[in-house]
Amino acid sequence: MLDQSMNRRRFLKGSGSTLMGTLAMTSMPIAILAPSRSWALELQQLDAHQGEVLLTLTRHIFPHPTLEDAVYALVVKDLDAAAADANVAETMRSGIAALDNRAGGDWLALDAEQQGMHVRAIAGSDLFKKVQSTAVVSLYNNEMAFRHFGYGGELGDAGYLSRGFNDLTWLPDLPASASGPVPGTNG
Amino acid sequence: MDNYDNQTTFAHDDDSVVVIIGSGAGGGTLANELAQKGIDAVVLEAGKLHTRGEFIADEWASFGQLAWLDNRTTSGTWRVARDFPNLPSWIVKAVGGSTVHWAGASLRFQPHEFRAASEYGDIPGANLLDWPIDYDDLAPYYDRAEDKMGVTRTNGIPGLPGNNNFKVMHAGATAIGYKHCHTGNMAINSVPRDGRASCVQRGFCFQGCTTGAKWSTLYTEIPRALATGHVELRPESQVASIEHDNSGRVSAVVYFDADGREQRQRARAVAVAGNSIETPRMLLNSASSQFPDGLANSSGQVGRNYMRHMTGSVYASFDEPVHMYRGTTMAGIVQDEAHHDPSRGFAGGYEIETVSLGLPFMAAFFDPGAWGSDFTEAMDQYAHMAGMWLVGEDMPQQRNRVTLNTDVKDAYGLPVPNVHYDDHPNDVAMRQHAFQQGTAIYEAAGANKAYRTPPYPSTHNLGTCRMSAHARDGVCNGYGQTHDIDNLFISDGSQFTTSAAENPTLTIVSLAIRQADYIARQMADRAI
Repeated sequence: MLDQSMNRRRFLKGSGSTLMGTLAMTSMPIAILAPSRSWALELQQLDAHQGEVLLTLTRHIFPHPTLEDAVYALVVKDLDAAAADANVAETMRSGIAALDNRAGGDWLALDAEQQGMHVRAIAGSDLFKKVQSTAVVSLYNNEMAFRHFGYGGELGDAGYLSRGFNDLTWLPDLPASASGPVPGTNG
Repeated sequence: MDNYDNQTTFAHDDDSVVVIIGSGAGGGTLANELAQKGIDAVVLEAGKLHTRGEFIADEWASFGQLAWLDNRTTSGTWRVARDFPNLPSWIVKAVGGSTVHWAGASLRFQPHEFRAASEYGDIPGANLLDWPIDYDDLAPYYDRAEDKMGVTRTNGIPGLPGNNNFKVMHAGATAIGYKHCHTGNMAINSVPRDGRASCVQRGFCFQGCTTGAKWSTLYTEIPRALATGHVELRPESQVASIEHDNSGRVSAVVYFDADGREQRQRARAVAVAGNSIETPRMLLNSASSQFPDGLANSSGQVGRNYMRHMTGSVYASFDEPVHMYRGTTMAGIVQDEAHHDPSRGFAGGYEIETVSLGLPFMAAFFDPGAWGSDFTEAMDQYAHMAGMWLVGEDMPQQRNRVTLNTDVKDAYGLPVPNVHYDDHPNDVAMRQHAFQQGTAIYEAAGANKAYRTPPYPSTHNLGTCRMSAHARDGVCNGYGQTHDIDNLFISDGSQFTTSAAENPTLTIVSLAIRQADYIARQMADRAI
């Protein structure tokens, strides 16, 4: 599963500190939100290698095979911003260096299974915890993720009363005694 | 929109006022009930005023806006201490308190739950006690609270229409033979009432109700109290301590205002309603030479018997979509397990209520700290998931308590509260039963997989200044009046002698209405 996602990824090495990619699944609802098929993330603190490691590491920690790299890149964006703090930057720098080192120099060069073995080995490290705690928020707290996973987000602000709050049809309708009248209808 | 301008102000040295600390279910209700009787009060609220138009339909942004995020510490074997060591509770710091984010479930306690010690017998490790009041004492006030709050299925108010999440619960619950399953007794308007609109099913109950369909003191009790000209509301007023005079009666409240300046409001009486972590913290932080263990603490029970309800959640995935996030968060209930039946292997009972989280909070709370494909495969099922919250009576225990952590100070240099909690074996047995029954409900509705989610940071914080018939056993009497100090009252869920199975807000409001009548009588009689 992870292998498939890695194969679908279309990483382009940017010049300098830019992380770039293209959307793999242009038919997915997520593509509606994207201004174009390609995306780019300008890194302020991290270099491109570090950015790429962090993106791939996030994919190992929270593997969603069909979720676009463009969404994972939002995690890298937040980690890059966090690296403005010198201590956080050092956690990432040394953590990534250690990961590369234990992988024989270039963790990204390994296949997904080999990568995963090293990820399990560093679970609980400062780098791992920083990526995990950032990603559990960043990865799932954006419009593209909402579309991907099927959450309405702020679309609900106007209310689902006439927009599907009770549109489930694969189970029996509720008896009146267990429910109540829908405002604006006779039911 | 509601008018929050103070129609009157009181001088800091005016010692004729009742000072109410907190503006939530207890404090906000008490303020309005006293105001309607013509009694002057100053409400000190630690949080800011956020009106309905300011609420945010975004879980994390709203959390940043409303949640009580002041530092706290935790200890004990509860998993919250591991996953959220500085967030033992999920409550609100804003005008309206946690009635801003509550789900609206408004259930009366069952009569036997006021007699937990007598009904359940001796349970090792449990500090059980009967309440000093019984159901019949509170029944007329439950009537008034239900009318005030517009609770569905009372006063001729119809139930709310069931959403998708409830359809799943109902199908499963009826399939396994449960009889008492409906869209609940909710303080959410199913029809326009009391100047507030009916619910449009936004699904952001936890983020503040922009339409006002859900009852909150923010846009009912508080503006009505202000309109009388008998109440002054002071937001961003963080109480540090309560002072007393030489006779041992409380005389003033010391607080820090919005600019961080120390202020002192004199008082005829003080009512503490800061939720069950801050309320004992204030009493403990008010220790003096006359009361070296803190105010109203001759029993040693201040801060003890902290209860948070037995809780847990079951989520389940189905072949077809559910979209549980659409509509009211607490959209329906099963009450068949709420009774006391020790043959199940535990004392007390529990309620089964729908719950939903948006995608961001699902990621944060589904299985805190989890990673890898087990977690992400569950998240992949988000749109096909239904969810329920299991909430039942937990046992009061002496060692489950709020204490002062003198190693950690807040912005004003005051010790922060430490919250210690260990599950009692009865809590563990009840949770196990509830997980099994919840899973059975969803399997009967056709679930592919059911997931057991551990307790969230506590939303129901109870019992740290409990009521008791005798001064040796607790902090306050049946009216919330402290045993030690006649003009000091406990006005929130801290009063609860035991937790009962039900969501606490309706009972907190009912007790506040009753307490207001009592305070008015005591003042008229010059007893305080």
